[in-house]
Amino acid sequence: MSKHLIDLQNISKSFGNHLVLDEMNLYIRENEFLTLLGPSGCGKTTTLRIIGGFESPDVGKVIFDGVDITHLAPNKRQLNTVFQKYALFTHMTIAENIAFGLKIKKKSKSYIDDKIKYALKLVNLEEYGNRYPESLSGGQQQRIAIARAIVNEPKVLLLDEPLGALDLKLRQDMQYELIRLKKELGITFIYVTHDQEEALTMSDTIVVMNQGYIQQIGTPEMIYNEPENAFVADFIGDSNIISSTMIRDELVEILGVKFPCVDTGFGENKPVDAVIRPEDVELIKLPDDFDIATSEYNSSVDSNGFEQIGRIQGVVTHLIFKGVHYEMEVMANGFEWLVHSTSMFAVGSKVGINVDPFNIQIMNKPESEDEEAAPIEE
Amino acid sequence: MKSNKFVKMLSIPYVLWAVAFIIIPLLMVFYYGFSNKEGKFTFTNILSIFQAVHFKSLYLALLLALISTVICILLAYPLALILSSMKGKNDHLIVFIFILPMWMNFLLRTLAWQTLLENDGVINNVLQFLHLPTLHIINTPAAIVFGMIYNFLPFMVLPLYNVINKIDQNTINAARDLGANYWQTLFHVIFPLSIPGIISGITMVFVPSLTTFVVSEMLGGSKILLIGNVIEQEFTQNSNWHLGSGLSIVLMIFIIISMVITSVFDKEGEGNAL
Repeated sequence: MSKHLIDLQNISKSFGNHLVLDEMNLYIRENEFLTLLGPSGCGKTTTLRIIGGFESPDVGKVIFDGVDITHLAPNKRQLNTVFQKYALFTHMTIAENIAFGLKIKKKSKSYIDDKIKYALKLVNLEEYGNRYPESLSGGQQQRIAIARAIVNEPKVLLLDEPLGALDLKLRQDMQYELIRLKKELGITFIYVTHDQEEALTMSDTIVVMNQGYIQQIGTPEMIYNEPENAFVADFIGDSNIISSTMIRDELVEILGVKFPCVDTGFGENKPVDAVIRPEDVELIKLPDDFDIATSEYNSSVDSNGFEQIGRIQGVVTHLIFKGVHYEMEVMANGFEWLVHSTSMFAVGSKVGINVDPFNIQIMNKPESEDEEAAPIEE
Repeated sequence: MKSNKFVKMLSIPYVLWAVAFIIIPLLMVFYYGFSNKEGKFTFTNILSIFQAVHFKSLYLALLLALISTVICILLAYPLALILSSMKGKNDHLIVFIFILPMWMNFLLRTLAWQTLLENDGVINNVLQFLHLPTLHIINTPAAIVFGMIYNFLPFMVLPLYNVINKIDQNTINAARDLGANYWQTLFHVIFPLSIPGIISGITMVFVPSLTTFVVSEMLGGSKILLIGNVIEQEFTQNSNWHLGSGLSIVLMIFIIISMVITSVFDKEGEGNAL
């Protein structure tokens, strides 16, 4: 494990009466691509601005490479920021924009010229040095903003929703571009976004935040496959979050039906949340004259009949074609299941539902107000 | 296009207004300026600017207008910086206070300065009371500059405040982020980006200062003649509309020159910031 480059210790920050960050602790390793992910108002941007030096925390310390920089001015920090909406200097050419930091540091002209050339090449905009920012597209401007930051050879690059203003296609291209840059530069990236897909694509580590608290820290796989609470599960991708009862280890009762699972240690007859990703719901076509109400296999774990008719039976209520898969909603035992499947089941058709034990993720119910999942702003 | 026609109809009153109150008077000024009392074409009125008394009044007017404008920038720029850094905390109130005097009549405001600056006026009374030496300000060019600055400062503050306030905070943060300290950020980023505001401020202070005759008459006595006073006297006292118009045309030329110069600075400012 590489060493901690940045340590946030016990950071709290409020604006007026509004607590934005509450006793946050977080470390960032050298050469890590770390993403702060959460809905607007979760404190992710404030965290970034505290690291950048544009806000100072009410309480707590920022340690950079072993040195306390909590109250150091932004121009004295060994990191650079790529701002939302680019923040290029509109009165300067692209080359002058890139040269800004180096001229301030009084580097020689030949050094600066070399750096400009290098940076423009790195972001694939070699011919644009003499243009003004307003003549460039949004994606090009953002690449210049990145070039302007990295010529200063920062140890850390802070990126504040840098792709937020771009359209979908461009955003995807830029994601690959950023991953490539990260590899070529070999520096630490701290990235702020509310876009879970962006976070999953690029990050080494994702920090999911909500209402000033860190909800979960982990690799994209961990965050996606093993969300720690309903907020994370809900925020990262689509999922079915169903209020359930943990009967005993490796057995959970979902909507009145017992499902085998792999989770242990929750105790007996404990209320929990079961999270099932839509792509993990398996559907079985049932005959049209199947009587759901009297299905004899309901709530019987031991019977092998579930392989033919599913553990729960229901009716398809919605069907949308999404390209790679069909998105369906199935009404079963009073719950609307979200299902992604490559096979199509027409609206009105009767289906049985099965879930592999490995694909049921059990989570503790939120205990206090603070941990409760906040509604997600769309 | 029906709506197009309607819009054209709407513009007719404004066209009539412009012709009646701007274009025709302007043509009349040109007619009088280039003719003598017999109605014959002549350059005499224009060339009379080179007479010592006229030339001196134009020179003084340019000088005082320039001084007032420079002082207005020096006073207004820091104020605009402070106000824009307040961002929503009382900044509107302070702008309002600075604009408040504009609600009063221009003549009354200037008259007030007369009573303040007089040899036996409020300021000297206070100085006397404090056993300090009294000042002779009234009827000096300094008094005129005082009056100009007081009357025209809001016209410098407003455009500067507007333009600086509109600079994206992240642009300023970006400069800081790239290693610039406060003064470097001010010099390399904020100042170049605020040039449009400076230009409109200059236009709105320099032009009225250059052409004023009220301020110079009330605070300069009748001893100090600016070009505005000379023109006014030709129209009112000497009833020589020809000379008055001729000098007006010369003044207009100087205003146009000053605007051309500022617009050139504007263009240069866009390219050569560093």
